[in-house]
Amino acid sequence: MNRRILLNAKQIEVISQRLCCQLMELHGNFKNTAIIGLQPRGVFFARRIHRIIAEMTRNTQVKYGDLDTTFYRDDFRRGNEIHEPKLLNIDFNIEDLNIILVDDVLYTGRSVRAALDALNDFGRPAKVELMTLIDRRFNRELPIQPDYVGFEVDTRSNEKVKVEWNDEEGNKIWILENNSLT
Amino acid sequence: MSQLSQPHLLGIKNITTSDIRKIFETADNFKQVINRPIKKVPSLRDITIANLFFENSTRTRISFELAEKRLSADVLNFSASNSSVSKGETLIDTVNNILAMKVDIVVMRHQAPGACVFLSKHIEAQIVNAGDGTHEHPTQALLDAYSIRERLGDVEGKKVVIVGDIMHSRVALSNIYCLKKLGAEVMVCGPSTLIPKFIESLGVKIETNLRKALEWCDVANMLRIQLERQDIKYFPSLREYTMMYGLNLKMLENLNKEIVIMHPGPINRGVEITSDIADSEHSIILDQVENGVAVRMAVLYLLAS
Repeated sequence: MNRRILLNAKQIEVISQRLCCQLMELHGNFKNTAIIGLQPRGVFFARRIHRIIAEMTRNTQVKYGDLDTTFYRDDFRRGNEIHEPKLLNIDFNIEDLNIILVDDVLYTGRSVRAALDALNDFGRPAKVELMTLIDRRFNRELPIQPDYVGFEVDTRSNEKVKVEWNDEEGNKIWILENNSLT
Repeated sequence: MSQLSQPHLLGIKNITTSDIRKIFETADNFKQVINRPIKKVPSLRDITIANLFFENSTRTRISFELAEKRLSADVLNFSASNSSVSKGETLIDTVNNILAMKVDIVVMRHQAPGACVFLSKHIEAQIVNAGDGTHEHPTQALLDAYSIRERLGDVEGKKVVIVGDIMHSRVALSNIYCLKKLGAEVMVCGPSTLIPKFIESLGVKIETNLRKALEWCDVANMLRIQLERQDIKYFPSLREYTMMYGLNLKMLENLNKEIVIMHPGPINRGVEITSDIADSEHSIILDQVENGVAVRMAVLYLLAS
């Protein structure tokens, strides 16, 4: 398996700052906006965004939640890999809020579809937007597009994009290529 | 087919400890789901489940039905009393006729011990045992252990006494298997006529004095006397049973520690347990019922996946 680094820690930091500036431009002081990270891997990025937003707006009360979509997936009983349910933690009412769904990699769009379904069970938000750190733009299987994109990448389906969250310095995004399939 | 080591849930005896832990972890997630304003997820929306109850049931049946509905499955209810069973149809014929209507999972309660094992050898669908005679009642044991874990943090190392009609109780047998697999110490307590001879081979302690058993334990699971299964007299009278093995508040107050009281239901108030205990903060009887739905959702979800 070949692997190459797509983004290093410094680049991820710059992108995160830029995305937060974009969010602030549209959502102001975040009084009516909540950030929701998608389990399992989107929550690391989402928490980071939440932290930066809190620093920038000096508002420590920005609402944050983790959303698990395991029970809403469309590949249940279809022989795919098994997804273990993770923690779901939304302790506020999403009714009439602006929700920013945050994931690390947007690929087929199916997780986001499941997330929209899951969100529906918590109420009717005023608006839902999607932020992704990496957009694998040519691999979509559903008509779902992000509103905020960190980095666009053109990949083939035998490649994998992996975001490695370590401490601040060690964050990396890899592209893994599986030769056996090429 | 199934995320558990077995395609069916026939009893606790043949599932593994890691199966039990996986069920508990999944049940944690479902407990969160059933406490939300919208208590439903779409996981089993393309699955049909038949609830076949050849024996009376209130809690288990409602609990299974709710669990199925909260997973968005299609549910089919069947009870023997108003069916063709009374016209002489055999078990396999009845079930096969139901399966011909494309049913994926069968939840069955039957008065004959081993009925679910028998059925699993002859039909295609996955089977969940909801109690087979005096044999096993696996989901009850799972929810009992889950409730202990919830109240005391862990099951491992805890001392649990099961009091009452051990001989005729499927809850007792399944509980013993489940608690032993999770590392608890188990004692059974009751009149010696109602304690089966083989029970010691399962690695449980035997005690015929309720006070001593209570002093030993962290958790007491009080069982009902199953008069409907007793074909001969095992003790002189219910009144005498209550005097020897009925739990009352005075006994608990005389202990120098807090213990948790459980009961799988239905309760015969004033026989095995008095009302002041059943309704007290010592008792987790209603938590057991709530956890029953979450645990059954977890079992069905893991079996179906």
